[in-house]
Amino acid sequence: MFSFCTDPATLPQWQWFACYLTTGTHFAFYRSFFMVILLLAITAPVALGMGLLGAMAVRSRIWPVSWLGKGYVNIVRGVPDIVFFMFVPIALGQGIEWVFHQINCPDWDQPIRQGNDFIVCREARMPGPNAPAWVRSTYAFSMAVIAYALVFGAFAANTLYGAMQAVPRAQVETAEAYGMTRGQAFRRIIMPQMWIYALPGLSNIWQILIKATPLLFLLGIQDAVYWARELGGQKTSLYTYPHPDWRVWYFLVLLCFYLFLTWGSERVFARLNRRLSRGQATAAGERMRKAAA
Amino acid sequence: MKKTTLTLAAAMAFMASGAMAQDVVRIGTEGAYPPWNFINDDNEIVGFEIDLGNEICERAGLTCEWVLNDWDTIIPNLVAGNYDVIMAGMSITEARAEVISFTENYLPSDPSAHMALAGTDESVIEDGVIAVQSNTVQAGIVADSDAAALEFPTPDETISAVRNGEADAVLADKNFLSAYVADSGGELVFIGEDFFPGEGTGAGIRQSDDELRETFTAIIMEMREDGSINALIDEWFGDEMSKF
Repeated sequence: MFSFCTDPATLPQWQWFACYLTTGTHFAFYRSFFMVILLLAITAPVALGMGLLGAMAVRSRIWPVSWLGKGYVNIVRGVPDIVFFMFVPIALGQGIEWVFHQINCPDWDQPIRQGNDFIVCREARMPGPNAPAWVRSTYAFSMAVIAYALVFGAFAANTLYGAMQAVPRAQVETAEAYGMTRGQAFRRIIMPQMWIYALPGLSNIWQILIKATPLLFLLGIQDAVYWARELGGQKTSLYTYPHPDWRVWYFLVLLCFYLFLTWGSERVFARLNRRLSRGQATAAGERMRKAAA
Repeated sequence: MKKTTLTLAAAMAFMASGAMAQDVVRIGTEGAYPPWNFINDDNEIVGFEIDLGNEICERAGLTCEWVLNDWDTIIPNLVAGNYDVIMAGMSITEARAEVISFTENYLPSDPSAHMALAGTDESVIEDGVIAVQSNTVQAGIVADSDAAALEFPTPDETISAVRNGEADAVLADKNFLSAYVADSGGELVFIGEDFFPGEGTGAGIRQSDDELRETFTAIIMEMREDGSINALIDEWFGDEMSKF
């Protein structure tokens, strides 16, 4: 990166570190933090959407829908996250390939499973056999997002379901008295008011989601944990910048990063809580009303 | 790079009658096992296997691409079709050959050795705690002995375990350990005798992929004969490595 980096072995300490911290692998390490944030930024709204659908399905009066919702919420919540993270990308990946195989290659006469191998025809391979690297990494990343959204959607569904139940019954009764249908009452009365009841639960899920991002590493995505381990390990003189085992420092950086992220989001949730409490028939809302009066 | 492109263009011109689109061959490797394969400071995958793999692809007129994958899941991901070849310092063993097929070996059976802190008694090999990378030939050897195996997912962690006293010694390929011994300034030493487990290192390929295996084997045999593999061994490993 710097002009003086040509022969690192002869450099004084601060220059050595300046060069060391700007190597290609270190830039990949710095980028991986943004990837974690990107994953959170995409996963959280998708999981919230899944949760909303799940909660509405559980409440549904049509029993197959209600069963589907209950099944989803209970099965996913009952399985360890890690199992799901390993299962979803493989199962979904093979499922997609199987579907494309059935559509694109009806004349294929060989079995898809040959011994240990999972073989679909060339046209059905996802991503395609000649897909560039960025398509592959986006595909892998999307699989990760889907796995996270499925798991955290189930938790969000349960929280939102509880929040919908928590909206005072009197509010819904009043809506009915005005002649609103069940759907109208849901959209106009329950939906706007349930968030304050859902917020503590959702903030929990968000914190757990942040803390679950290192599992990306299990899915073969080179996230911050992967790079901390890779860069922190001892480097022999085969490398340009040999150093002893520095993992403790790299993990310390990760620790600070995650602590900062959770601390920041805690503050955001506190503000959101104040905002949503305004005018609500809750203890916090009541306090605000009295303070204003 | 330019040379590769030119050779590829020539190879493609010769194969014009084939008219079939040439698929990219993806080669999976661990990227954490110097000097076989590792990620250098410029974030490039380099090493003996990378040079060898690129040369094989060039001679076969294939376009190849390298993919990083954890050691522990490197076989399942080959079988699942995430890549087509494994070149990751993988010894050819019967247990692995039940799941995947191997090309002829591109490295002869190479020495394994125990490494420990200076002053460690040799008897730990028999009854001590030995650090190994999981799912390796060495892990199998320690499991079958009276010593206790302490397994780690990456090779790097096995070295740390010896340094911080978690393990009495580490058992691994000697050519992986030698850089650590050389760099430690006498702190780390080899103990006991070298021995030669396994039948050499080969490229792993799906059992259903006979054509690719034959292509790779043919070129590996050619490179074993013409001395080009030995030249690469010299370049990356030096004298300690077995040669053809």
